[in-house]
Amino acid sequence: MDALASTLRGIVRAAAPIVIAAQGELITERAGVINLSLDGSIMLAAMTAHVVARTTGSLVQAVLAAMAVGAAVAFVVVFSSIALRLNQVAVGFVLTILCADLAIFLGKPHFNQPGREIPTVPIPILEDIPILGPALFRHNILIYFSLILVVVLTLYLYRTRWGLTLRSIGEQPAAAFVRGTPVNPLRYVYTLVGGSLVGLAGATYSLSVKLGWKEDLAGEGWIALAIVIFGLWMPWRVMLGAYLIVGLRSIAINLQDSNTIDLPAQIINMLPWFLMIVTLLIATSGVLHRLERFTPERFRPTVHRFLRAAPPRAMGTTFEKH
Amino acid sequence: MRVELQHISKSFGRVWANQDLSLTFEGGQIYAILGENGAGKSTLMKILSGFQSADSGQIVVDGQAVSFEAPTDAIEHGIGMLYQDPLDFPPFTVLENFIAGRPGGFFPDRQAARGILLDLAQRFGFDLDPDAYVDSLTIGERQQLEIMRLLSLNVRVLILDEPTTGISAEQKAQLFDVLKSLAHDDGLTVILVSHKLEDVIELCSSAFVLRQGRLVGQQQIPCDISTLVAMMFGKIVARQERPMSDLGDCVLHAERISLETRRLVVEDVSLDVRAGEVIGLAGLDGSGQNELVRVCCGLLRPDRGAVHIGGREMTGQPYHRFVKHGVAFLPAGRLEEGLIGGMTLTEHFALTLPSRAPWVNWIRARRTAGERIERFNVKGRPGSPIQTLSGGNQQRFALSLLPSNLRLLLLEHPTRGLDVESAMYIWEQLLRRREEGTAIIFISAELDEIVAYSDRILVFFGGRVTLVDDRADMTADRLGELIGGRM
Repeated sequence: MDALASTLRGIVRAAAPIVIAAQGELITERAGVINLSLDGSIMLAAMTAHVVARTTGSLVQAVLAAMAVGAAVAFVVVFSSIALRLNQVAVGFVLTILCADLAIFLGKPHFNQPGREIPTVPIPILEDIPILGPALFRHNILIYFSLILVVVLTLYLYRTRWGLTLRSIGEQPAAAFVRGTPVNPLRYVYTLVGGSLVGLAGATYSLSVKLGWKEDLAGEGWIALAIVIFGLWMPWRVMLGAYLIVGLRSIAINLQDSNTIDLPAQIINMLPWFLMIVTLLIATSGVLHRLERFTPERFRPTVHRFLRAAPPRAMGTTFEKH
Repeated sequence: MRVELQHISKSFGRVWANQDLSLTFEGGQIYAILGENGAGKSTLMKILSGFQSADSGQIVVDGQAVSFEAPTDAIEHGIGMLYQDPLDFPPFTVLENFIAGRPGGFFPDRQAARGILLDLAQRFGFDLDPDAYVDSLTIGERQQLEIMRLLSLNVRVLILDEPTTGISAEQKAQLFDVLKSLAHDDGLTVILVSHKLEDVIELCSSAFVLRQGRLVGQQQIPCDISTLVAMMFGKIVARQERPMSDLGDCVLHAERISLETRRLVVEDVSLDVRAGEVIGLAGLDGSGQNELVRVCCGLLRPDRGAVHIGGREMTGQPYHRFVKHGVAFLPAGRLEEGLIGGMTLTEHFALTLPSRAPWVNWIRARRTAGERIERFNVKGRPGSPIQTLSGGNQQRFALSLLPSNLRLLLLEHPTRGLDVESAMYIWEQLLRRREEGTAIIFISAELDEIVAYSDRILVFFGGRVTLVDDRADMTADRLGELIGGRM
């Protein structure tokens, strides 16, 4: 019992930064912009949070600084796309490399220094629920935020007018424009919101999950990017994807330590990526569509809602009225 | 509501899309805006619906001059447009599509919106499930949704751009009933942009005809279909009699070609073409001409039927096999499909000249480019990027790229957008090829071009063809009737 609770707690905790970053990227991509700089901007934000926390002693300032870094990088992406008509993919790649190197260079004096940690705040009463209590309600505020974010974002996307507008500009900007939506200003807003969440993910690493500043964060951003696709641009599925990957990762580490099975850890580490490719193949092959035909008429809308999978159609494109 | 367009002009680069257009629309009437592709209909309607702004001229609504910065401004003044490709959100539900763009609070009132939607649907007899996803609907149903959405925003002028393309016959009948009811019972102004003459005759009371960005005239309906055709296509010059060159062997034998695309069903088209023959393909845009031409060069695969080139069965073979057997195709989109934007004239020759060597023979490419530029009178230098040439020069250059001994040359709108002199030059070149025994099949929107140069004419209507091989039938009236769908 305790072992299960602590494993789950570990997964929720370790996956939090990936969840936050992936939700940020989800918002960005839903608005039609693709921000590929995640891997570098997470590192830069993590380093920034660590350094600000050490020098000013303020965790709040550290978190805000990290978010500002994430938003600044996202601004470069959206500005170069909308105002300068540059290719989002190319700019994102360049920024990834630039930010990662910048983080390593600027963070050198603070490398491997003890970091400050955000205190854990268990939630009374709820923490005493068996298994779920320790797994979900004995965390610090950033981890709680990763859970709340998914709930709030789901409601926002599917229940509010603004959420509908957000989805519409990433799907068919011309149609949104005809309905009176200021497409490009909103793309700025949502890319900046998404970017600041990516920065927050960086802070979650250096102030909570992987205390301090080390360079081993490289790769986490790519995982977050892949999980957005794996989760088919839906907040819940993106979260589950993050938990799946982190869960498999911890299994791999445990296996390595226990020496019970002679299976290289790399194989298990590869499993999530393999699953991702299979998911994408299924999602795009039309198998699901055929499956729908065999479901009884009554359940078809439900099944359809559950299975439907399509990237935002206008992702990575620019919009201008002709 | 009375809407006036006064002296509207709009240009894109050097091309006038609209030139000094003045039109008046009264309430309770159904109008047609007629014209061939590129006549300026869509641009004019985008200006009226606020999607684009005019370079000059003004829009007057009930005596008040208005200016539209965005489509929502037009909707506020009661002008709404249904776009040809539905501007909606396929992954959303019907209800979400209906709500998007409606005024309301942060949490939309779904129940109220559902009520309005269902009331409208009931009035018009539309059967739409508010919870269905739009990507599971037909084009016709998506149109119905969009019409209801616009009406719920109190639109008094409804513009429809090619609404009958891609919808079923029942949906079309239903749509027309709704439009008639809106105009006659509710006093709305309905504007139908179309090049389908039978729809216009059936539905509208008056038609404005545009040609090359200018207003040709207004025609009251009912009238003869050929009257409208004559206005759309311009006067037909008399056919130039010229000696029939000796026809050679059968070059193309297309047998009962049938295929279905998203917008059109082409049925049972057969055609035999002999060496040295010129076949003109006439018909309104999108009646099946482009499909036939693309089947004949392997770019489209027919569902049924066979294509033989020079006696050899070629059905379903790829384009490059057709090229090997002496077929060439010049598409209408010169820079989109025919030539490679960004590459210079020399580079085009380097790509085109047959060679087995792994490297480029620049000396030969440059020499050939120089020779052909001179021979075909192209105004451009070997090192100029192709997109810097004018349309006429691009077309001459495209001709100069073709290999010399062709069996069959297929052309889409060979002289579209060219001035008279360039068009004449292009035809000189084509007729020279004809003398060498090349069979030519061309699509044109200019009836006089078709009549002047064709030995036989294939008239397309809704995916079906009528062959005109009797000289006596090659007249404006007869062709006009056929193009409009009267047998």
